[in-house]
Amino acid sequence: MFGVFCYYVMSVIKVQNISKHFGSLKAVDDLSFEVQAGQVFGFLGQNGSGKSTTIRMLLSLIHPTSGSIELFGKRIEKNREEILEQVGAIIERPDLYPYLSAKEHLQLFAKVRKQKIGEADINTTLEKVGLAHRAQDKVQTFSLGMKQRLGIGIALVHNPSLIILDEPTNGLDPQGIADIRQLIQYLAKEEGKTVLVSSHLLSEIEQVAHQILIIHQGKKMVEGVTKELLDPEKRIVQIKTTDDATALQVIAAGSFSDYLLSRSEGMYLKIPTREIPLLNEALVKAGVGIVGIETKNSLEDYFLQITSNA
Amino acid sequence: MWSLIKVELYKIFSRPRTYIAFGAIAALIVVIQLGLKIDGDSYASFLMKDINDTLTVDGKVLNGYLICYILLQLLLVHVPLLVALIAADMISGEANLGTLRLLFTTPYSRTSWVFAKFIAASIYTILLLIWLAFLALFVSMWIFGTDDLFLMKSNYVVLIEQNDVLWRYVGAFVFASFSLLTVTSLGFLLSSLSSNSIGPIVGTMSAIVFFTILSTLNIPLFTIVKPYLFTTHMNNWKEFFDIQVNANNEAITGSILNIPKIKTSLVVLTLHIILFVSASILIIKKKDILS
Amino acid sequence: MKKLTFILHTSYILFGLMFCVHATAQTDPLIEKVAQKLALVNDYVAEGTMKTDVSFIKASLGKVKIYFKKPNLLKVKKEGGISLLPRGGVSLTINTLLNTKGYTAIPVGTQILNGKNVRVIKLIPNDDNLDWVISTLWIDPVEALVYKTATTTKESGSYEITMQYGAYAQQGLASKIIFSFNTKDYKLPNGITLEFGDDEPVSKQKALKNKKGTIEITYNKYTINKGIPNNIF
Repeated sequence: MFGVFCYYVMSVIKVQNISKHFGSLKAVDDLSFEVQAGQVFGFLGQNGSGKSTTIRMLLSLIHPTSGSIELFGKRIEKNREEILEQVGAIIERPDLYPYLSAKEHLQLFAKVRKQKIGEADINTTLEKVGLAHRAQDKVQTFSLGMKQRLGIGIALVHNPSLIILDEPTNGLDPQGIADIRQLIQYLAKEEGKTVLVSSHLLSEIEQVAHQILIIHQGKKMVEGVTKELLDPEKRIVQIKTTDDATALQVIAAGSFSDYLLSRSEGMYLKIPTREIPLLNEALVKAGVGIVGIETKNSLEDYFLQITSNA
Repeated sequence: MWSLIKVELYKIFSRPRTYIAFGAIAALIVVIQLGLKIDGDSYASFLMKDINDTLTVDGKVLNGYLICYILLQLLLVHVPLLVALIAADMISGEANLGTLRLLFTTPYSRTSWVFAKFIAASIYTILLLIWLAFLALFVSMWIFGTDDLFLMKSNYVVLIEQNDVLWRYVGAFVFASFSLLTVTSLGFLLSSLSSNSIGPIVGTMSAIVFFTILSTLNIPLFTIVKPYLFTTHMNNWKEFFDIQVNANNEAITGSILNIPKIKTSLVVLTLHIILFVSASILIIKKKDILS
Repeated sequence: MKKLTFILHTSYILFGLMFCVHATAQTDPLIEKVAQKLALVNDYVAEGTMKTDVSFIKASLGKVKIYFKKPNLLKVKKEGGISLLPRGGVSLTINTLLNTKGYTAIPVGTQILNGKNVRVIKLIPNDDNLDWVISTLWIDPVEALVYKTATTTKESGSYEITMQYGAYAQQGLASKIIFSFNTKDYKLPNGITLEFGDDEPVSKQKALKNKKGTIEITYNKYTINKGIPNNIF
């Protein structure tokens, strides 16, 4: 019943203006985004950018300093148990119990779900993550990649609607990375799951995600549909002006509003190449002084540039 | 909640470390029983040297009941340290492993998890005590036989008839469970403050040693705090082995000298347990899980 | 010659007299009367209760069996339990005192004891190797019953035994015997008993020191002259 209800709720994740401060450190700063049902949402940022902190807030492991988080249309802090029954997650490195076997892990975590999960489901999960042949082995004998697979298995064993994978390909070999990519695509396409996957590698995210958000120093830098962000016909352009406020009004009022990505050290837009001069003209007409217009060759260049500015 | 408790118990008893305490207790008890079996007469003679000047004691003084009392006196000081090994690892151990975040992303509240962990740690503690009781009492009875319990305290002697002894041991073990659960809850509390286990384990052991010293030193400065320290009350299981006498100085079979003392101690220990566990729950509820 | 013979004869007579004096118990007719009464009892098994009243001991009433066999075998057995008896004192009952081979009885007068007129007689054993050195008896001359003894021993200090009589007075067997003795201080170090911080108030401790202790045996039933094997003792 809850799963049916979920189908009709468009935003599975709705984050509004969340911030997290650790003393004077702003780990996450006024972040907002939404994830639609059935989507694969790519959460991109370098190490220490605030991805894991955001994910921990989604899962109520960390209390936000401000802002609100809704999953399945409900506030996480008030409906935590109900929401988490439908969520499976792996957070950062796969930490497990070294003295238990792979199968014992899945049995353990199956026990703490309110729904009944049988041996068949556990065996299916082990096959899905490629650990059926090592089911009885203690985790202390596993490689990092195998632990990662088991962590994903734990996230999947109860057939959740929302899957949150924080750096799921860490430690995996190229075949393993490909397997995880296929699994994510399968979960979204064939099983209709919503998947939020985070990484510091754009190449991984852009292959699976429908929507991408780039976070840097706790702030959203870019958010958009992957196809559009990677559209070679459109360039990412950084515009620096003498009057950002007026420039934003011009962009918002005109046809350029859809192209705005983020504001940080000026403004970033993903704009068709042919419209760059038109934007320039509109700004000049409005009396905005243009300090510089810089184009990026690709989303990757843009990502590398903003992350190297740290 | 019961599934969480089962999961926690499964984890506790899947770890080799858990069995160290059972093994240590068995080894300690066997060694002491062996020593007393071989050379118990000298020990008994030493204990009874003052009495033997005046009286002849006829009967099996060094029997299973007395051996059990001696063992409890020795071990109930040291068993808390073994309890701390598990209790102080319950939360910080998971934080250190990184598995705490796995547990807290399941559809159970943090309170449920913390409470389930405490219950599981308590069950472990009780099982340890049952093991101790089995070895100290029943195995001693089997090896040394039974007779009246001839208890030589520091200033007086209590002679309890053998059919009046067993229920006292039941009472003493129930009381001891409260003492050990207080240690469990203290270890648990310290565990909730840390993300590695060494600190809470050492902290629990240090706290017990420190407060035991405060409880036993007869310094006037400490008498104010003594009644509130759990270590002052932990050893009052011995009160089950002191009996009332009537106006003719005849011991009253089936009586306990100071029932109010036992009741007070139970209340103090229970309050400590509630306080420590409640504090643990509050701490964990408020905590950001960064491990 | 005549003088020498006289001296020799006198010496023989005196020596003979001395020998007579030392070879037999120099007893008192009342002692004899008591002994004759007790001689009728070859052995007995008595059932009773024992109460221990020592300042530093808490013990309950215990059921006991007392076994006696002539001349001086005595055993007090608590039924299934530990019994506390005064060191060496229990064995020094009337029977064992009067069954001693050779003693001197010295009457020292009369007294009123618990409303009874009693004769007080001291016994001194002739054999210096015995543990008891002197014993004073308070005897009712009419009933020929000993109501009290006070005995000093070499190894085990001094004891008083007080007797009360009832149904078995005819056979000289008491219905209640109370052993009184001095007790020494009892103290075990806290390091042995592990009773740290449990110290009793000082005034109560002082009350426990240097007191007299008593052990009281109440005899409920005697089974007399049925035979008792020696291995009981």
